[in-house]
Amino acid sequence: MTGAPGRSAPTIDPKDLTLKISGAIIGLVIVLWLGKNFLYDPGQFLTVAIQGLKNGALYALIALGYTMVYGIIQLINFAHGDLFMLGTMMSAFVITTVLGQSSPGPAGYAAFVVALVVSMAFCGGLNVGIERFAYRRLRRAPKLAPLITAVGVSFVLQFIGLRWNGSGQKQWQSVIPDGQINIGSVEIDVQTIIIFAVTIPLLLLLTWLVTRTKQGRAMRATAQDQDAARLMGINVDRTISFTFALGGALAGAAGLMYQQVVGTTAYNLGFQLGLIAFTSAVLGGIGNLTGAVLGGLLIGLIQGLNDGLVYGLGQQWSQSVVFTILILLMVFKPAGLLGKNVTEKV
Amino acid sequence: MARHTSIESTSNRRWAIGFTAAAAFLFVLYHWIVPNSPQPVHDFVQGWFSNANTNEMIVYIIMALGLNVVVGYAGLLDLGFVAFWAIGGYVAGWLMSSFLGNFQINIFGNPAPGLEMGIHITFWWVLLLAGGFCALWGIIIGAPTLRLKSDYLALVTLGFGEIIPQVFVNGQDINGFNLSNGTQGITPIDPIKFFGFRDLGPFDLDYKFVIYSVICAGMVMVSLRLRSGRLGRAWLAIREDELAASMMGVPLMRTKLSAYAVGAFAGGLGGVVFATHINGVFAERFNFSISIIILAMVVLGGMGNVWGVMVGAIVLSWINGIGLQQLGNTINTTFNTDINFPSFNFLIFGSLLILMMIFRREGFIPEARTRLVMHEHDRDNEEVQ
Repeated sequence: MTGAPGRSAPTIDPKDLTLKISGAIIGLVIVLWLGKNFLYDPGQFLTVAIQGLKNGALYALIALGYTMVYGIIQLINFAHGDLFMLGTMMSAFVITTVLGQSSPGPAGYAAFVVALVVSMAFCGGLNVGIERFAYRRLRRAPKLAPLITAVGVSFVLQFIGLRWNGSGQKQWQSVIPDGQINIGSVEIDVQTIIIFAVTIPLLLLLTWLVTRTKQGRAMRATAQDQDAARLMGINVDRTISFTFALGGALAGAAGLMYQQVVGTTAYNLGFQLGLIAFTSAVLGGIGNLTGAVLGGLLIGLIQGLNDGLVYGLGQQWSQSVVFTILILLMVFKPAGLLGKNVTEKV
Repeated sequence: MARHTSIESTSNRRWAIGFTAAAAFLFVLYHWIVPNSPQPVHDFVQGWFSNANTNEMIVYIIMALGLNVVVGYAGLLDLGFVAFWAIGGYVAGWLMSSFLGNFQINIFGNPAPGLEMGIHITFWWVLLLAGGFCALWGIIIGAPTLRLKSDYLALVTLGFGEIIPQVFVNGQDINGFNLSNGTQGITPIDPIKFFGFRDLGPFDLDYKFVIYSVICAGMVMVSLRLRSGRLGRAWLAIREDELAASMMGVPLMRTKLSAYAVGAFAGGLGGVVFATHINGVFAERFNFSISIIILAMVVLGGMGNVWGVMVGAIVLSWINGIGLQQLGNTINTTFNTDINFPSFNFLIFGSLLILMMIFRREGFIPEARTRLVMHEHDRDNEEVQ
């Protein structure tokens, strides 16, 4: 900063340098904080980290829905978190009310699988319906219009949740066993293992769908350039519907796992989780599928560390920590971790 | 140019007369007519258009006019406007009560007897201080984010609107310092001195109505004047095409930041007014749905149009405050049903937003200009990016 600006101007922009230096300082503080916590109790650190990753996997599934929809029609789908909330209720309804399962066992596991399919289909279908009736008419309108519509849809979905679940929280019995596995002083819940056992195949399936199938190629083409895709004979409306179906289905899967692991449903759940998931999508670089997964895991990890560690700020600051990350990210790396900077063109 | 100015000043005079007449009528209604009228009339007015609700309406009008500068004029979507409401409220809490008991400062203040500790500054100064403090926060939050695309901006403001109330909810012990008294909130707030002859406590709703109306009129005037001035035209240019505006020499950063600052200033005013209205600041009242309700007022009324926004604020705050409940009670007693109408709040607000966006994007009382922009059908997605 003290050097003559005239000489160094072509290579180093002083503003850029300030940003880089302050970014590095913040990064260093975080690393030091993590190191201090790790040295205090390595076993607890890893346990908490794995707990965080467990939530992170759920955030990743929800974040994928945001990022896919944003990638294809540049809309922040505010209603996505509430779709997830309805997913939790659908799962509880299928497993406990319809199939009457409330404890681990072969019948419980079967109910889990059935609920997974039903919840994914339900949320996927609902998302397609929302797109068809609300967003499609606004595709060519100024950006503010679909965004406000999404907020409206979110309210309507919350109303459905309120009617379905009542105004309070509801507790549910889980069909996932409670136990844990100890590796040294590190504890891993069975729940965590099951979440990863469901999430990883889903992610692989999604990767296969997007990269290897014709429909996936159509998706990527539409995301790049809608008009050109239409000229190449791609049915853009159907492709967008397909994207909404995929995103919704992932939210449905996340809903089931949340309901089974946390054991509660509430109508206002979607708002908070949706925001966190969206932050994850932005953290990874919105529009980027790998980025959404990475962002979700990272946010889960950060939140877990903040809530669980000795030197953490504690759970009541959880939201603030997540949103501070979001705001810092906007300042230092607006395109996200894996995103590319795009300059505006006329 | 001269002719233009004269037209504007006549229309300014016209609205001022109308506004004063409406405010005077309401004051007379609440101060003389209602207390002296027979019981059924009294009950009807207090049930359907209560005094307290009218004051709350004015708070919402002030807030909505502030948000209108940000969303309606400059086209920047702000989803965390409640943060400024909260900050403004807490400034009133800090400077107009005995909460900060380590100090004993009194600048034209009006502490209630026995509550002389703490900072007591006169209401009018606190208005300016809170507005200024919020404007500062508006700039702090705006500055790093304004170079981003609009939807990111929406998200950052949303995050800000979540953090600030959480800071106040958890703020009873920040490293031992009590910032906000946590969920208990700060109460009571000093009474306002009304022309030196009367202390306006929590129950002097009609006199407070006069004071709030004056502030509201000031906000209307500022909105109208800014709109037709150089800054306002720069805002509209940015709203309609940012790239083109910057090519024409509109300084983007400064213009957007001033929109943020003005909007936040109004948010601060609203916060102070609301704090004196309910005689306290309570952290848990500041939630996301308030941001959305204020946004809905701006959008439904007609983005960018001061009168539309005012009508939107009046109608929605009435529905949200007492209208829905009263309508529900009437329907329930007439048809002998038992429907819990306030629980339909979400459905009503949600579907109102969706239907408006699909069928009447420009709001109920739009500006001609907004209507044109909102219906540019052949505008391409690629171009909007």
